[in-house]
Amino acid sequence: MSKTLFEWSNIRESFAMALSAIRTNKLRSALTLVGIIVGVFSIIAVMTAMGVLRNSIEQGMTQLGANTFQIQKFPSGFDSGPEMRRRLRNRKDITYEQALQVRDKVTLADAIGLEIWQFGLTMFWQDKKTNPNISIAGENVDGVATNNWIVDNGRGLNQEDIDKATNVIILGVNIVEKLFPPQVNPIGERVRVDGEIYQVIGVFEKKGSALGDNQDNFGVIPITAYFQKYGKRARSINIMVKAKSPVVYDDCVEQSRAILRVARGVPPGQDDDFSYFSNEGIIEQFNDITSKFRMAVFGISSIALLAAGIGIMNIMLVSVTERTREIGIRKAIGARRTNILTQFILEAIVLSEIGGIIGILVGILAGNSLAIIWSLPVVIPYDWAVIGFVICSIIGIVFGVYPAWKASNLDPIESLRYE
Amino acid sequence: MDNAVVINIQQIKKMYDMGGAEEVHALRGVNVEIRKNEYVAIMGPSGSGKSTLMNIIGCLDTPTSGLYEFNGVNVSEMNDNQLAKIRNKEIGFVFQTFNLLARSDSLHNVELPLIYGGIPAAERKRLATEALEQVGLGERIHHKPNELSGGQRQRVAIARALVNKPSILLADEPTGNLDSKTGDEIMNLFAELHNKGNTVILVTHEEYIAEHAHRIIRVRDGLVASDEVVARVKIPAVAAAV
Ligand SMILES: Nc1ncnc2c1ncn2[C@@H]1O[C@H](COP(=O)(O)OP(=O)(O)OP(=O)(O)O)[C@@H](O)[C@H]1O
Ligand SMILES: [Mg+2]
Repeated sequence: MSKTLFEWSNIRESFAMALSAIRTNKLRSALTLVGIIVGVFSIIAVMTAMGVLRNSIEQGMTQLGANTFQIQKFPSGFDSGPEMRRRLRNRKDITYEQALQVRDKVTLADAIGLEIWQFGLTMFWQDKKTNPNISIAGENVDGVATNNWIVDNGRGLNQEDIDKATNVIILGVNIVEKLFPPQVNPIGERVRVDGEIYQVIGVFEKKGSALGDNQDNFGVIPITAYFQKYGKRARSINIMVKAKSPVVYDDCVEQSRAILRVARGVPPGQDDDFSYFSNEGIIEQFNDITSKFRMAVFGISSIALLAAGIGIMNIMLVSVTERTREIGIRKAIGARRTNILTQFILEAIVLSEIGGIIGILVGILAGNSLAIIWSLPVVIPYDWAVIGFVICSIIGIVFGVYPAWKASNLDPIESLRYE
Repeated sequence: MDNAVVINIQQIKKMYDMGGAEEVHALRGVNVEIRKNEYVAIMGPSGSGKSTLMNIIGCLDTPTSGLYEFNGVNVSEMNDNQLAKIRNKEIGFVFQTFNLLARSDSLHNVELPLIYGGIPAAERKRLATEALEQVGLGERIHHKPNELSGGQRQRVAIARALVNKPSILLADEPTGNLDSKTGDEIMNLFAELHNKGNTVILVTHEEYIAEHAHRIIRVRDGLVASDEVVARVKIPAVAAAV
């Protein structure tokens, strides 16, 4: 029995007949497909859009490399009620001295980067200037590495720059493109920010943009040079800790937490007065927030798909009735029950898979509209495409079985007499 | 005649329950024995039960009671797959109303029994083309039934019945829709098949068609009224073919 079911010639025949049946009833098939298309479309479109968003968030965070977390004054999250905000307002800045304690005492880390930012600045070179939207980061030597920044041209920071607090700067590509003509090598040039002159020693590799935010619009100077210009207490310091390995990651978080608590004099039993930030954490948060939305979409899709399945069953039952004679002919010349069963199940599967493929394609397109608008990388959710396709096939099977079973059990002679 | 009995029908009855007290007795106890390589014509007035009998012989219909042995095996004890196999391999059935798949071309219609017989595609195509050429339709391979004349459709149906090289050919008024010239051509084809050793059973209203056969069974009111062997010399087509 299973032999006939899987005989290649039989499957091919069934497949060809399925396509031809669908073709003969184009309008009817199309109407049946709408439900499937909508159901699959909504799943795929939402999953693609989520993928685009998550990608963009991840990309925004790529300054944190693998096994790296960041300790900072405020949580970098989406949520925080008014109560939370009030408590956070009272937090004190993380000072350089506290940060240095972490740097010196955490033993489970490979690298510890320290950084401090200044935003909304304008940079000048000769008679050119940028928009007043560039940022300057004061970094220690490890800071460039823990941020995952790669120097493309020139060099990064070295210990001497830090020790001597020299006014050197590494630029993001965007600034370079804005200030320097293509034939000018920016290395060695002098730029001015906030009245201070810096010598360009390097240019970072392009990072692109995340969530429409330009990521190449910043410069990096030695953290000590930053302090000279803006003072040690200008802002809170960010501490980026790269754990020695994924195995010790959690211990490393714990260790740095304990050290910073002592450094900041947090009494035992009291909550931390600082926050953590890691790629994993952000993604978790993102997933949390979007999970309700995703559930709703799944609900709607399931209903659409259920309705579509019933539609397919209905159309298949009509099709079986209409083609009673055909079934009789096939049986009269030797088709077995399984042959007829395969033919009609396959027809239902092909029908719903066609709908599924359309839904997947349109869904991917719609889900990527954000990516296209924000010129973010396009996401193709292969996993969801496969899941969507499989779901469609299952719908085809589940809702095609009964009509196919009915067809396969028709009496040959009565089918032949059917008008 | 020492050929084996291929069809053994004993006391076959077919009754249709029309609901209420109304019953139609299409067959009322038919006894027929047909041996290998016989050429039998079944005749009788309209509604006498000829088609019903043919459908039972062709394993398409099941009798209400009685015994039907096909090649010595009781058909009522066969399961669906065994019946399908007999319909596919042992019997070629030519219907009065052609019964071709309307959406498929001649080639595909003729290929169909081969598909269900599990023959590979290339072989299938070759055999089907051969069968169509044999019935003179080599030029109409890709025509759909509605692009063919009645006679051509009937010939496609015959090609389909022959393509699996069945041992028994059943034809229910195969020439009913044809002019006498086309009818003769088809009768010659049957004669040829008979000469090759096949068993041929056909239903007809026309005496001149029945004359091709060497045995005529007359059915009346669901019973066999007469069953006679006709002298072979009376069959010009066979004589010509031999
Ligand atoms: N499905 C059915 N339901 C009820 N009665 C039927 C059915 N099929 C056939 N009959 C009856 O059985 C009888 C025999 O029918 P059958 O088709 O065998 O006749 P036939 O000899 O082939 O006639 P014709 O020469 O007109 O084709 C007829 O009286 C017919 O009305
Ligand atoms: Mg009849």
